[in-house]
Amino acid sequence: MSSVPDVRVGDWEAVGLVAGREINTRLKSKAFVITTAATLLLLVGFTLVMKFVSGGSDATVGVSGGSVALEAPLKATATAIGQTIDTRQVDEAAGRAQVDNGELDALLVGDGGKIVVVVKKEIDDKLRNTLNVLAGQLALNQEISDLGGDPARVSQEVAGAKAEVRPLEPPYDYNGQQLVIGMIAGILIYMSLLINGQSVAQGVVEEKSSRVVELLLATIRPWQLMLGKVVGIGVVGLVQMAVIGGAGITAGLATGVLTISVSAAVSTVVWLVVWFLLGFFAYSLVFAALGALVSRQEDIGGVITPPLMFVILGYVLGISILPSDPGNKLVEVLSMVPLFAPTLMPMRLAMGGVPAWEAGLAVVLVVALIPGLVWLSGRIYRNAVTRSGAKVRLRDALRAS
Amino acid sequence: MAERRLEIDGVSKRYGDVVALREMTFQVNAGELFGFVGSNGAGKTTTMRIALGVLAADAGVVRWAGEPITLETRRHIGYMPEERGLYPKMKVAEQLVYLARLHGLSTERARRSVDEWTERLGVAARRDDEVQKLSLGNQQRVQLAAALVHDPSILVLDEPFSGLDPVAVDVMSKVLLDKAAEGVPVVFSSHQLDLVERLCHRVGIVRSGHMVACDTVEALRAGGTEHLVVDAPQAPPGWADALPGVTVKERVGTKTVFELGPAVDDQAILRAALATGPVTEFSRRGQSLTELFRNVVSEHTEAVAA
Repeated sequence: MSSVPDVRVGDWEAVGLVAGREINTRLKSKAFVITTAATLLLLVGFTLVMKFVSGGSDATVGVSGGSVALEAPLKATATAIGQTIDTRQVDEAAGRAQVDNGELDALLVGDGGKIVVVVKKEIDDKLRNTLNVLAGQLALNQEISDLGGDPARVSQEVAGAKAEVRPLEPPYDYNGQQLVIGMIAGILIYMSLLINGQSVAQGVVEEKSSRVVELLLATIRPWQLMLGKVVGIGVVGLVQMAVIGGAGITAGLATGVLTISVSAAVSTVVWLVVWFLLGFFAYSLVFAALGALVSRQEDIGGVITPPLMFVILGYVLGISILPSDPGNKLVEVLSMVPLFAPTLMPMRLAMGGVPAWEAGLAVVLVVALIPGLVWLSGRIYRNAVTRSGAKVRLRDALRAS
Repeated sequence: MAERRLEIDGVSKRYGDVVALREMTFQVNAGELFGFVGSNGAGKTTTMRIALGVLAADAGVVRWAGEPITLETRRHIGYMPEERGLYPKMKVAEQLVYLARLHGLSTERARRSVDEWTERLGVAARRDDEVQKLSLGNQQRVQLAAALVHDPSILVLDEPFSGLDPVAVDVMSKVLLDKAAEGVPVVFSSHQLDLVERLCHRVGIVRSGHMVACDTVEALRAGGTEHLVVDAPQAPPGWADALPGVTVKERVGTKTVFELGPAVDDQAILRAALATGPVTEFSRRGQSLTELFRNVVSEHTEAVAA
């Protein structure tokens, strides 16, 4: 009789084997490769579009004849209003031709004492605004000179006179770019939780519906199978998130579209990864347990929708409130509640201005919740996963030992 | 070391008010093929799932080599669940290597073993195909390979023959006999009683979660009445009704099966048959397992009714 072979498999070795299979299967799946590539492409494409759009000036204006003297005041006025205007000195005839063929947006003609502008059909509102302000300025200067004053000194005085603001609590100066990054972070984490969380539930049901779970549970314990699956899918999601986040930030910095500091960029990606891990781990445990209640893929939706609603709600609140009101009190409070923290906190962190204690508290609360979730979901999973057929009631899964 | 025997000892299981198993007890000795038969819902699958630890028993123990079975010793069991289970989208070889590794084999040993078993079971050419692309028969062979790749010391197979073509049945039978010859206790359930009768050293008949008969087929037969089969194509219906000391058990086409009472002269029956015309078959046979099974099950129905 042959001797009995040594078949010991350590607890974590079993988890590792299960996770390894998940990683292997998912990395090879076409859907995964395509989703990642498409997201990357979209993000880098977005960066390039931003660069293209933000580069160049808002309008090109020709100056001719006497209005050449207006070239410098025009540029200064435009800058004060927040526009960039390119100017070009041309003679009037050539200028009119260029306006006609679209090379110039407008052409200033006349002696420079008054603003007379030639356009093809209509003048751009912003440009009209700039020119109106400039015209007002000219009129004012004229009046000041007539009264014997020095227009240059007056404008300097006017420019220097400002209300002095003394805030009791210095407000955080939100940077427009960081708001955009915050929104992108929100979208990424939301998509990732949605896709990877559902993958966990689908994976559990796949094993249940194909009955392979019976074969697996004859060799490993239910918690090893559940944890291995969560870890495996989590690793893949993490790599995906890090690659997409890293590539997006790198592309932004490299093209010069992003002008935030490298440390702010790195901290955004790090926080994104941390919150993906926390959010994914907490939510996927719940999804795994609920997935184990049903035996058919088409029944998954019914059981995982309730927890999924919290992910969606957090995301919708964040994306609709934060861009216009980054310091919103409701979002600030919700972002520390474990159910919403995984979607809201990374958005707020990317936008900046989150006090350290809030960031820390949100992490501590989710981390504190995880052992409870492990216990609860482990119990539901163990009791439900070998019962195929009709949907197992949550109450039964919790009660049976 | 104690003999490597698989013992199911007093295992009971209830689902709410339904008793699934009532003190199920039997042993499968090393090197023995044990046939597990019973009607649908009698408790065969439940017993096997409990032996594999997929289900927890309310009472009773499963022992191997004298020790209660643990998760570690369970890794020595080769299991084929009633509901076939494999990852449909995973390649055959990849899947078998994964399952072998879960049973504690090194990657290298797992690969070798998968090559060997896919070869032996005739699915070597499909190693790199997804399981879902295989025919049901081939999926069944892969399923058997999954039960064998880790070189199990015990085999527990739930309905291994269902859905197989005759060639596959021969392959499966050969594998089971070989494993038993290696000293492995093999237990399988089946509704194909002729197959069980042909292959198994011992048979256990289950009814309502309880083992009602458990022995060799010969021993189960002993004491049972003998049957006589006569095929007389031209005999009119009821030709044998008047014969003394015999009862007509059944008529199948032109064949008549008699149950013989003690000391009945079978030659008198032959003469009566010849009187009706030619006789193409005249044979005595013991009860088949099917008949034994029917008897055992119906005896109990009567006992319960009484």
